[in-house]
Parts: sequence; C-alpha cells; structure tokens
Amino acid sequence: MTSPAAAGRVRRLSPRKRAQRVRWVQYAVLVVAVVVLVSVADLPQIQKVFFRGDLIVDTLTQGLGRALFNTVAYALGAFVLGLVLGTILALMRLSSVGPYRWIATVYIEFFRGLPAIIVLLAFGLLPLAFPGLEIPFGIYGTVWSALGIVAAAYMAETIRAGIQAVPKGQVEAARSLGMPAGAATRKIVLPQAFRIVTPPLTNELILVVKDSSLAYIIGLSSTSFDLTKYGRDLANTNANLTPLVIAGLCYLLITLPLTFAVRRMEAKTARAR
Amino acid sequence: MTTHPSPTRTSSPPGDAVVEITDLRKSFGSVEVLTNITTAISQGEVVCVIGPSGSGKSTLLRCINLLEQPTGGTVLVDGIDVTDPDCDIDRVRSRMGMVFQQFNLFSHLTVLDNCTVAQQVVHRRDKSQAEQVARSNLEKVGLADRADAFPAQLSGGQQQRVAIARALSMEPDLMLFDEPTSALDPELVGDVLAVMRRLASEGMTMIVVTHEMAFAREVADRVIFMDGGVIVEEGHPDRVIGDPQHHRTRTFLKRVLDPTHVDPDADVEPGDDRRAQIKEAELSARGEPRVSSDMRDQRF
Ligand SMILES: Nc1ncnc2c1ncn2[C@@H]1O[C@H](COP(=O)(O)OP(=O)(O)OP(=O)(O)O)[C@@H](O)[C@H]1O
Ligand SMILES: [Mg+2]
Repeated sequence: MTSPAAAGRVRRLSPRKRAQRVRWVQYAVLVVAVVVLVSVADLPQIQKVFFRGDLIVDTLTQGLGRALFNTVAYALGAFVLGLVLGTILALMRLSSVGPYRWIATVYIEFFRGLPAIIVLLAFGLLPLAFPGLEIPFGIYGTVWSALGIVAAAYMAETIRAGIQAVPKGQVEAARSLGMPAGAATRKIVLPQAFRIVTPPLTNELILVVKDSSLAYIIGLSSTSFDLTKYGRDLANTNANLTPLVIAGLCYLLITLPLTFAVRRMEAKTARAR
Repeated sequence: MTTHPSPTRTSSPPGDAVVEITDLRKSFGSVEVLTNITTAISQGEVVCVIGPSGSGKSTLLRCINLLEQPTGGTVLVDGIDVTDPDCDIDRVRSRMGMVFQQFNLFSHLTVLDNCTVAQQVVHRRDKSQAEQVARSNLEKVGLADRADAFPAQLSGGQQQRVAIARALSMEPDLMLFDEPTSALDPELVGDVLAVMRRLASEGMTMIVVTHEMAFAREVADRVIFMDGGVIVEEGHPDRVIGDPQHHRTRTFLKRVLDPTHVDPDADVEPGDDRRAQIKEAELSARGEPRVSSDMRDQRF
C-alpha cells in the first residue's frame, strides 16, 4: 500500500466506487428509456389493440374454458404417453441386448430430427392413407400420439442420463438383498432417476404445453380448438390482438404454477438429501 | 400369511461349511486380482479378512455373492454352486446379507422402507409382516426410534447400522461385511462394531473385511491375511495377528498397528511398501495420527 504504484492508484476510483457509478448509469438509462417510451407511445391506441374491453369479455365467454381444457388435455396426454414411451426407450438404450439399443437410438435420432408439425400432419393423414384405421379417442388420440411420440424421443435421453446418475452401489445393494434385476430397476433405480430428472422433465412438459398449439394443423372443429387456435381465430375476425393476449396469459396460467410447484419439490428433496 | 421358515440346509448340517471356495480366480481384463483362493467358512464362524489395499479382499467378498463373476473355480454357498449358470442367484443372495463400506442405503426410502422393500419383493411378505421384522431388527441395532427418518438425516454410524438391519431383515444365514467402519468418523466406529460383536455372539456366520485389528483379535475365530490376490496366511487371530509367521503379514501389521513405524526392510519389497503407503494415506485421512505422512515426505 505504501509503494509508489499503489499511491498512484489512489487517485483512480476504488473498485467499489466504480461499481456504484456503473449502477447509477444503468438506472439513469432505464429511467430515460421509460420516459421516452411513455411519451412516444400512444397509450389509448395500445389499449385498444391489446386490451379492448368488449373483446376481453367476448374472448372470456365464447369458449375460452373449452380451449384451455383442450390445451391442457392435449399436453397432459402427450406428456404421459411420452413419459411412458421415453422410459421404455431409455431402458432399451441401456439394455445389454444390442438390437434394443439400436432400435432405441434410431427412434430417438429420427424423432428428434423431425419437426413436430410433420409428425402431426402425418398422424392427421394416417386414417386417409390406411382406410379403416381409426386412432382411438379421435382428435385427442391423434394429438396425443403425435406429440407423445416426439416428446418421448427427448425424454428418453433425459431419463437415460437420470438412470445413469443413480450410484452403482444402489443396484448392488438391491441385488445383494436378492432383488431380481427388474425389481431393483422398478423399486430402487427408477424412483431415484425420476427424482434427478424432475427439473428437465418439467421443462419438457412446458414445451409440450406450447407444442400443443400445433394441433390446429390437423384441422380442428371449434370444440377441439386449443388456446392458440381459439385466440387466433377471434383475433383475425376482429382485426385485434386482444384475444391473443388473453390466450397468451392462459399459457402462463398453466406453466407458471408448474414451474413454481417443481421449484418447491426440488427444495423439499434437497432437504431430504 | 404363513411364516417363512429359513430354507432347510440339507447339504450343510451345523458345523459344516456354509461357504466353500475352491481354486477361485478372478481377473479384470488381463490383471489377475484373485489367484487360486481356497478356503471354507463353517456355520457360526466369524472370519476376518485383512490385508493391504488392492490385495483383493473386496473382490473376494463380491465373488461370494456374485456381484463379481469369478473367472474360475467354484464358490459353494449352503452347498449351492453360485458360479453355476443354472443356480437361482437371487435366492442364494437373499440368504446372505452384505454390508458395504459406503452404506448404500436407498436414499429415496425411509429407514423402515429400506428394511422392508426387499422382504416384500423377495420373501413376498405383506407390508405389516415385513415392518414387524424390520422394526425388530432396527431395535437390535438401536435405531427403532429413527424408523421414519430418511438416510440423509442420519449420521454415518447410524446409516451403517440401518444397513445391517436391512440385511438382517432378510434373515440371512451369512453376513458379508466389506470394511463397514472405514468410511466412518472415528467416534462412530464403536457403535457399529458393537452391533457386529453382538451379532457374532448370537452365532451369525460372518466374513468381515476390516482394518480394525482389535476387533479382529477379539471377535474373529479365524483371520485370513491376503496380499496380491492370494491368502498368505490364515489361522487363529492370536497367531496371525499376535505372532505372524509370514514376512508380508508382519510388515502389514506393523504398518497398521503403528503408522509411525518405519520398516527397516522397506526396500526389500517395494510393492508391499507402496501399498502400505496407500494404507497410511487412508489412515491419516480417517484422522489417525498424521505423523506418518510427514515421515514419508522425509523419506522420499
Ligand atoms: N471393476 C474393476 N475393474 C478393474 N479392476 C478392478 C475392479 N475392481 C477391483 N479392481 C482391481 O482389483 C484389485 C483388488 O481390488 P479390491 O477392491 O478387491 O482390493 P481390496 O483388498 O478390497 O482393497 P481396499 O482395501 O482398498 O478396499 C485392485 O488392484 C483393483 O484396482
Ligand atoms: Mg475393498
């Protein structure tokens, strides 16, 4: 501190002072930006385009509940199917039987590489291509299969990583107690693996919720509209964005509680660990 | 539900061999880790296996319950050859408990469920029956009051005692212990050893890999000293530990019993010395006197 070099530095700002000034500048920029935006923006016009009162009422009453239900139903069904299929694929990937591993790998790479919309279109056209073929649960079954099959490819890799993250000693302990391999997997490995992959799987669920907006591509009747299709149709007929804003808020209504619930769950398991 | 009688041992009446190992060999790749191990453990016997790190003690235990597949030789457990591909290994395993150095408790299950899950799967006991067995074994290891805790909420010593209770809940004829106290803080070792001592006094057949020489001397009916994948010498603890016949045994024991000891013949068997050094490092990591590592610095 007494060396000449240090003395020279005294005149310059200390790191803490510098950081403080930088922060002041950031606040100043923010305030200026807000002031400019507010003064430039035509607030009544914005309100009329994004939040028109009568359209809000229309959107809420004309069938929003049904659309919200459909979106949740599409997403949940696809997720459950993806989870089951993804788990099977993950176990196949880790199988000691070569062909199982190859089949799983081909499946995963194939469906991860395709746009979900193509798979949806294909499933929509299947009954046309194979007369007599009928996918159970109608439009719901079609969306579930298509989105579930795609989601499974992503989830399989996540679940496989989770299984591999379970310490080897857990299986050895289970086997040393006489538990057969299958029971050890079901009772010991998978429960721990799913705990590990809950956060990434939640991400996947959120993605599936959003992907369900692709359902319109197979041609939905108004009772099977999902949120996006519902909002878009109303927005188009009224040349106004309010219905879309409402639809968007509904998505957040689904995904935010999910994120919140998982965060709580994570905190709880972290305490148990 | 009927009670489950332990499987009748037609091939091994009391006093006869529970485990019979003949010419056991095990290689990992081209490295032979066990070389022609032959020994037998009889009903009610407590055998302690000692030896330097890497001598194959764990591998020997793991070959007995087939966590490792032996490369050659036979291992008979209750007269059943576990190396025979036709043998029902799950059934044989359910008759021998194994306790690991790292406890390996099922981290997603409570203490009670840790002790019931295998009973329900393997012995097909219903839940209440399994819980009854589990609770009596938890009582035995002094942890009846922690039945609803999760493993992470327990100390290492408590976790290891739960692991013992979990193994005992299968009502095994034989218990395998692989360095059960090596991962424990020194002040927690005693509780675990006390449980094992009691188990031995109740007549349980036990094979214990351990570095606790005092325990081996007190509890073991026989001590096996292994080095380099072979049994160098075996016999009554007073002989093997108290008056070892073999040079390698003496070197090893000096290291373990007195970590500050400098072996004058160290250069004669550098391999031995190398392993002993590792052991020293382990000991000092466990909070044993650290003088030894200082001395190593001076010597090399
Ligand atoms: N899965 C494995 N693959 C390759 N080598 C292994 C494997 N397991 C053990 N070994 C080797 O076999 C030898 C004996 O190992 P083992 O674990 O049986 O020794 P140990 O006597 O139990 O030693 P420690 O006191 O350190 O536990 C060591 O050289 C080890 O590196
Ligand atoms: Mg070992």
